[in-house]
This record gives sequence, C-alpha cells and structure tokens, in this order.
Amino acid sequence: MNCNEMEAKLISYIDGRATEAERTAVEQHIEACAACRARVTQFHGVWAALDEAPALEPSPSFDARLRERIAAEPRRAWFGWLVPSPRLALAAAALALLTVWIGIGEVDAPTSGEEVAGIVEPSERDLQDYDMLADFDALSTLGTPNGADKPAPAKDQM
Amino acid sequence: MARTDVQLMLGVKAGDDASFELLLARYRTPLIHFLGRMVKDPAMAEDLAQEVFLRVYRARVGYKPSAKFTTWLFRIATNLALNAVRDERHRQRDVSIEQPGDGRAAEDDQPLEVADARPGIVEALVERDRAVFIQRAILRLPEKQRAAVLMHKYHEMDYDQIAEALDCSESALKSLLFRAYEALRMELAPLAGERAKP
Repeated sequence: MNCNEMEAKLISYIDGRATEAERTAVEQHIEACAACRARVTQFHGVWAALDEAPALEPSPSFDARLRERIAAEPRRAWFGWLVPSPRLALAAAALALLTVWIGIGEVDAPTSGEEVAGIVEPSERDLQDYDMLADFDALSTLGTPNGADKPAPAKDQM
Repeated sequence: MARTDVQLMLGVKAGDDASFELLLARYRTPLIHFLGRMVKDPAMAEDLAQEVFLRVYRARVGYKPSAKFTTWLFRIATNLALNAVRDERHRQRDVSIEQPGDGRAAEDDQPLEVADARPGIVEALVERDRAVFIQRAILRLPEKQRAAVLMHKYHEMDYDQIAEALDCSESALKSLLFRAYEALRMELAPLAGERAKP
C-alpha cells in the first residue's frame, strides 16, 4: 500500500469498519511511513473531538406543533383504500368505459321501431292467449307425438 | 419485542396514529441533532425537522418498504437541509451585494484553509469553549461534506445508506468523507495544540 491508497482506507480504519485485511495493510503502511502515521493520529484526534460538538435538543413544544400541523392535513376518504393511486383510479375508469362500449357494440339490438314491434307483438299475443293455454281442451286439437288418438288427461301429465 | 421502523410505517399507512407517535419518539432527537448541526439557526433546524415528519406523514399512503427507513428519513432531511442552506447563502449574498460592509456572507464563504490565516484563533479559543469551536468547524464544511460527516460520525449509518441519502456512489462518498475529515483535521488542529500541516 502507498500513501495515495491510504486515503481510500483511512476513514474505515478510523471508524473501525475496515476488514481485517484492510486494517493489517494500513498498519503495515503507517509503520513504515511517518507522514501517514502522523495523519492517522490526527484523524483519531478529530474523530474524538467531534464527540464534543454540542447537540440541539427538541423544544418542549415540538410534538404539539407537529400534531397541530398533522391535524390540519386532509384526511383520506373512507373509500380511500379502494383507490390506492389516482393513476390506478383513472385506469380503472378507462377500463370500465371500454367494457361498456364493447358490450354495446356486440349486442344485436333492433334499431328501428318496426323491428321492436315485431319482437313485442308476439309476446303480447302469448299473454293474451294465456287463458286459452290454460284450457286443456284446446290442446286436444294438436296431434300427439306418438300418434295416440287422444291425449292423456292433463292431470296425469302433471 | 419492539416493532421495526418499517412495521411502524406500515401501521401509519394503515391509519394507526400511535405508530406515527412511536416513529416520532424514535427519531425526533436524532433528526434535530442532525439538522441542528447542518444549519446554524436552531429555529430553522426545528422547522426543518417538523417538515421532515410532515413529509413522512404525507408519504404514508404510497409508502413501500423498498429502502431502509433511516435512509429514507435522512434523505428527506438532507435534501431539505441542503436546500435551506443554499437558500440562506443566496439570501446572504443578496444582502451582501446590497450592503457591501456586511461581512457575514464573506465569512461563510471562506475557503477551508482559513484556519491558518484567521487572526486571533487563540483568543477565540479562550472566548469560546471547545464545543462551540468544533461546531463552527463542522459548519464551515461544504454542505454535502457536512451531511456526510454527520451521518457517518453521529448516526453511524452504513456507507451504502449515506451514499443513497446523498445520491452518490459509495466510492464518491468515501472520497467526500476523506476530504471532509481532512478539512476538519486542519480546522481542529489548534485543539490538539499543534498547527496542522497541509
């Protein structure tokens, strides 16, 4: 190790974080180099002197002031957990809109009034014929699938 | 067993005010020590510490434990302190331009070698105690060197943490620390009863 390389190792040697190999290399160098030995001694002096620097203590009102400032901060809405970030909320809204738009496009919906009437009228007729359907005699006019002359009584079919 | 900083911060994120109080109790004093040594004015140091905690509180919603909490906290504190120191220096420069007779700004901008040239150093030592002398030596360091030394010496942060807080590489940090301690060696030489040799 030379004097320039010492610079890179000196701080970790002084603060005690140097590895065993680094410490050995520094100690071997300062044994042979008086200038670096003197510098290491002075750095140790600086390290110790810094312990004497005064430290500012928090004022008694520090916490109270901070609590006041925090109380003045806007609180999260109750549904805030649903919306972790504005970007995600925007993405979710865009996805919902896209889904609705695609859904509307895919439905084969009638577009004209006549088409709508064509769908509605048979339904209305079915409703009007409900009483007729309830009358089982009317069903007797229909042929039976197995070719029997008479349909079975309604109660037996039920 | 005490909850870790990250556990407390996740508690704050979930809306637990007691977790925030615990973080405040844990870091109030270290932060004020750090900021008190970063800036000259104690009132400004306390205001900055308040701002750090306020920013932590505001950031709770998006908090993700990706970095060590201490590193994140000191990164916020360092950035606030560096901005405050620079603003103050610019303000003093403006005052100095307007009032050429005011020597305060010039004193702040003295190069580090002024320890040898500053008159009356012995008298100054007599008038002020060692602690104040050391504090002034720290304050004369360039801001980034000062922040590095404070985190390294007083808060025992790892090199990688300090480098992350200062947004530099670990090798750049070691070089920064060497220059800072070298400057302090020069500044504090009178305390050791000898004149430092450049």
